[in-house]
Amino acid sequence: MNRNLIIGMFLSLLFVAAALLSFLWTPASTETLNISGRLQAPNWDNWLGTDHFGRDILSMIMVGARTSIAVALVAVGIGMGVGVPLGLAAAANQGGLLDEFISRLNDLIFAFPSLVIAILITAVFGAGAVNAIIAIGIFNIPVFARLSRGAALSVWQREFILAARTAGKSAARISTEHILPNIANLLIVQGTIQFSLGILAEAGLSYVGLGAQPPIPSWGRMLADAQTMVTLAPHVAIIPGMAIVLMVLGLNLLGDGLRDALDPRLKGRRA
Amino acid sequence: MTGPLLDIRDLSVAIKGTQILRDVSLKIEEGEIVALTGESGSGKSMTALATIGLLPQSVEVSGHLVLDGQDLGTLSERQLCDIRGRAIGMVFQEPMTALNPVQTIGAQVAETILIHTKTTRKEAEIRARTVLERVGLPADRFPLGRYPHELSGGQRQRVVIAMAIALRPRLLIADEPTTALDVTTQAQILELLRDLTRTEGMGLMMITHDLAVVSDLADRIAVMKNGEIVEQAPTRQLFEQMSHPYTKALFEASQHQADLPQAQCAPPLLRVQDVARDYPLPRRHPFAKRPYFRAVKGVRFDINHGERVGLVGESGCGKSTLTRAILGLDPVSAGQITLDGDPVYSSGQPNPMVQRQIQVVFQDPYGSFNPRHTVARLITEPFHLLPDPPQGAARSDAIAEALTAVGLSPDDAAKYPHAFSGGQRQRLAIARALIIKPKLIVFDEAVSALDVRVRAQILDLMADLSRHYGLAYLFISHDLGVVRSITDRVLVMQHGAIVEQGKTAEVFEHPNHPYTRALMDAAPKLPRIGGNGA
Amino acid sequence: MLAYLLRRLIALVLSLAVASVVIFLVVEVAPGDPASYMLGINAQPDTVAALRSELGLDVPKVQRYLTWVGGMLSGDFGTSYTYRTPISEMIADRLWISLPLALLALLLSTLIAFPAGLIAAARRGQGSDVGVMAATQLGVAIPNFWFAMLLVALFAIKLRWFPSGGFPGWDDPLKALKALTLPAIALALPQAAILTRVMRSSLIDIMGEDFMRTARAKGLSRRQALWHHGVRNALIPVLTIIGLQFSFLLAGAIIIEQVFFLPGLGRLVFQSITQRDLIVVESVVMLLVFAVITVNFAVDMAYAIADPRLRRRA
Repeated sequence: MNRNLIIGMFLSLLFVAAALLSFLWTPASTETLNISGRLQAPNWDNWLGTDHFGRDILSMIMVGARTSIAVALVAVGIGMGVGVPLGLAAAANQGGLLDEFISRLNDLIFAFPSLVIAILITAVFGAGAVNAIIAIGIFNIPVFARLSRGAALSVWQREFILAARTAGKSAARISTEHILPNIANLLIVQGTIQFSLGILAEAGLSYVGLGAQPPIPSWGRMLADAQTMVTLAPHVAIIPGMAIVLMVLGLNLLGDGLRDALDPRLKGRRA
Repeated sequence: MTGPLLDIRDLSVAIKGTQILRDVSLKIEEGEIVALTGESGSGKSMTALATIGLLPQSVEVSGHLVLDGQDLGTLSERQLCDIRGRAIGMVFQEPMTALNPVQTIGAQVAETILIHTKTTRKEAEIRARTVLERVGLPADRFPLGRYPHELSGGQRQRVVIAMAIALRPRLLIADEPTTALDVTTQAQILELLRDLTRTEGMGLMMITHDLAVVSDLADRIAVMKNGEIVEQAPTRQLFEQMSHPYTKALFEASQHQADLPQAQCAPPLLRVQDVARDYPLPRRHPFAKRPYFRAVKGVRFDINHGERVGLVGESGCGKSTLTRAILGLDPVSAGQITLDGDPVYSSGQPNPMVQRQIQVVFQDPYGSFNPRHTVARLITEPFHLLPDPPQGAARSDAIAEALTAVGLSPDDAAKYPHAFSGGQRQRLAIARALIIKPKLIVFDEAVSALDVRVRAQILDLMADLSRHYGLAYLFISHDLGVVRSITDRVLVMQHGAIVEQGKTAEVFEHPNHPYTRALMDAAPKLPRIGGNGA
Repeated sequence: MLAYLLRRLIALVLSLAVASVVIFLVVEVAPGDPASYMLGINAQPDTVAALRSELGLDVPKVQRYLTWVGGMLSGDFGTSYTYRTPISEMIADRLWISLPLALLALLLSTLIAFPAGLIAAARRGQGSDVGVMAATQLGVAIPNFWFAMLLVALFAIKLRWFPSGGFPGWDDPLKALKALTLPAIALALPQAAILTRVMRSSLIDIMGEDFMRTARAKGLSRRQALWHHGVRNALIPVLTIIGLQFSFLLAGAIIIEQVFFLPGLGRLVFQSITQRDLIVVESVVMLLVFAVITVNFAVDMAYAIADPRLRRRA
């Protein structure tokens, strides 16, 4: 086990656990407002203080983690679910029309300014978590398609693929039986990276008011609300920001750690 | 100067507690060629890197490396930089990657001169020009502005040599300089190295795994095993005495002759009839007609039942393309390939009924297995070709039989490929080919990556299996010695065509075609024991 | 080289054509009619119809698409529904903020990333490498709009060194630069972190190459080898990232422009989307796609110059 992996796993699991726990219990309700107790600094009753409506920030962070993780996770799922089969198909058809078509499609999606399109989609089809997921997910597709195509191409060069072909196996069968297991490590690592980018994108969208809608708490919206109160009560701006940073940092460290742990070259060296 | 040019005394190297070199002592005189030979992992490359001071930083080194009376171990990194390139030059194995792809060859040769001497760029380029001429790259065909990717492997190796000798170093180290090259190119590079050593008075440390390569080049040979020099002597004396059993084992394995069963006079099994294969080239401009390259031109030959046929030729001669067509991986552009009368590839599809009769063993013992599957799953892959593959007990029996046939244990079925050595993996690859009981096995450079002693064992195994199962082989290799030891008949391929074919012994003794003759002449040969060395 | 250039140019035109169709379709299928949106819920149907005809919304879609593309080719982006001003003028005004901001951020991130990546790669595994890598981990993880908020709190509200938002115009260049400084820093931070990591890993890959060992055998010191042979080879992936970053910065500033109330391109798109000023959205997005595609094209050409192997690619 390496240090990145341990720290990353700890941070990621902490937020996942907080999100899961929030379904059963939070220190306080996120729906009851308490104007008299607003903007309190962290104290014994409210560990992370209260916001401008007097809501407990810790509870808001826990429920907000739920939104962030759900949006980012489903967006990664969309990207992998569509992108990986496309990439594998393109690699199996290397140099053919299908490959050319998929590669051009990737380039085209990459050429669109992702944030602008995400804002367009959410604004036009209505702000909300579902549309945010779609908007973020679409831009995950070419990432996974390109990655799996490139990785699959190098596996296709290996001799054991030739051996499988002389055994008469079809390209589709070789792709699932031989290629996919050999590029799975890469996909997992990229998955954690896209997951963290999804968290950032969700925060950005909800910051401009196009993510999850109130009263559902989200980290980005908490920051937007805090903007005018930075000098008055710095903790309302600092704590949600720290939550984002720690979650993203955790996922990135997890990705790096996994990359090192799963790299067979490194494994051989350590053995 | 009284002492030797290079004097290595009791050199020991350890990486993280593992001993890599143990008390290596070696002397090289001016104008002398000393060969360091041994199998992979014997420590010969480490000795070379230690001499030029390019070992990884984490290693512990003890002992003395004395060049021209100066102990290199006492020098600072800055002083070592001054020695490297000026007093010691080095040539590496892989000419394709040894040059910076984004710099011209002129700039790269001139760099050696520029960093060690006070010359202007202009003067350095003039001198680089002279050096390139010296290594056989004349100005009219190889101007200084050429980039590495515009040169062949042999030409690139000449550039690397030019960089190493630009300042007439006292010592030249060549680490497997010809291993990646074709046999005719190899002969030219070896000749160049010999000539340079003799005329410039350099010492040459030649690292190679191939005894034959150094047998008529080196003045002295040191044989290494497990980080130690087990025997060193003048070349002739070494071959005559071979006082260490390991030297003897290496020598015998290098010219091992497999005991082949009698070739049968059986009807043709595989018929290759006037086969041609074209590859599309990139268009010159988007609307141009697509040009084609004909990699195989009207090849015609037969392989009989139980016959072992060799296919030799240098890289780019079309032998890989031909192999792919025989295996049914690619269609042919013209002609037909049949096995017992059935085409291997018909109506755009490989024919599984034929494919199951032809199996293949590839070169790379590490790349030819999916690292994530067990041996049982790996070697039963060809069962996919059967309409009704064996299940349950029949399947495990087939696995056990195949593993036993190649000298492994049935218990190995549950292991993963990384648990096996290179030689064992080639056995696994043969087991995978055998399991479906084919009539023909194609060996595509199947022993090229193996050390000589392992190679000899695998060749014996092949001979046994052919006898036992009546198998026919198509044995593709660039190594003439190996082809001679395992085949009855040989095909020589050049520029996509078969230029000569005949009984192996006859073709080797009396080559007819000029190209075959050139190949035979270029191939390094071991001296006959007790006979005349050179 | 000429054939390569020609082929790339054809691909470029094709992608632009496809992109224009996609943009037009996405914006057209969007629910919400600009005319009824502009007139409010209580508008009479015949007033809406009149406005639709005035805006040119009643002609068939194919014809509208052709008019739009034809206009853009001749430099006429059409007229904004909401403001009734030529879109090209609006874009030109906004570009005067977005372009300098993007360039400033790119300059900053490159200036930070090059030395940082070089140092980290050259001292791999040592203290400075660990420090740089830790800093990039943090840089990638910080959301830029949050970083912007913190910058404003510290440098604008507390220290009063820079304005907290808005843009005074280019009449006073110093003031304008001051207004762009904090946004540029906020934008540059995550980009610099990414670029540093790419620079480092690219250099480390190169250092494992055979030709680096050849260079060392010639007598170059570790540093000389890295400088003479490593940097130029390592630059290729770095260039790609810089190209991608430029196009991202041009439009990706959308949220940062919100934080600093900068009337740039991003804010223009944002406002137009909420006001259903679809023709502005179409045109600006098309412009951004055009920028991305041409920048990528330029990067490819830069490759061809950096790498002689590509120069002769037929």
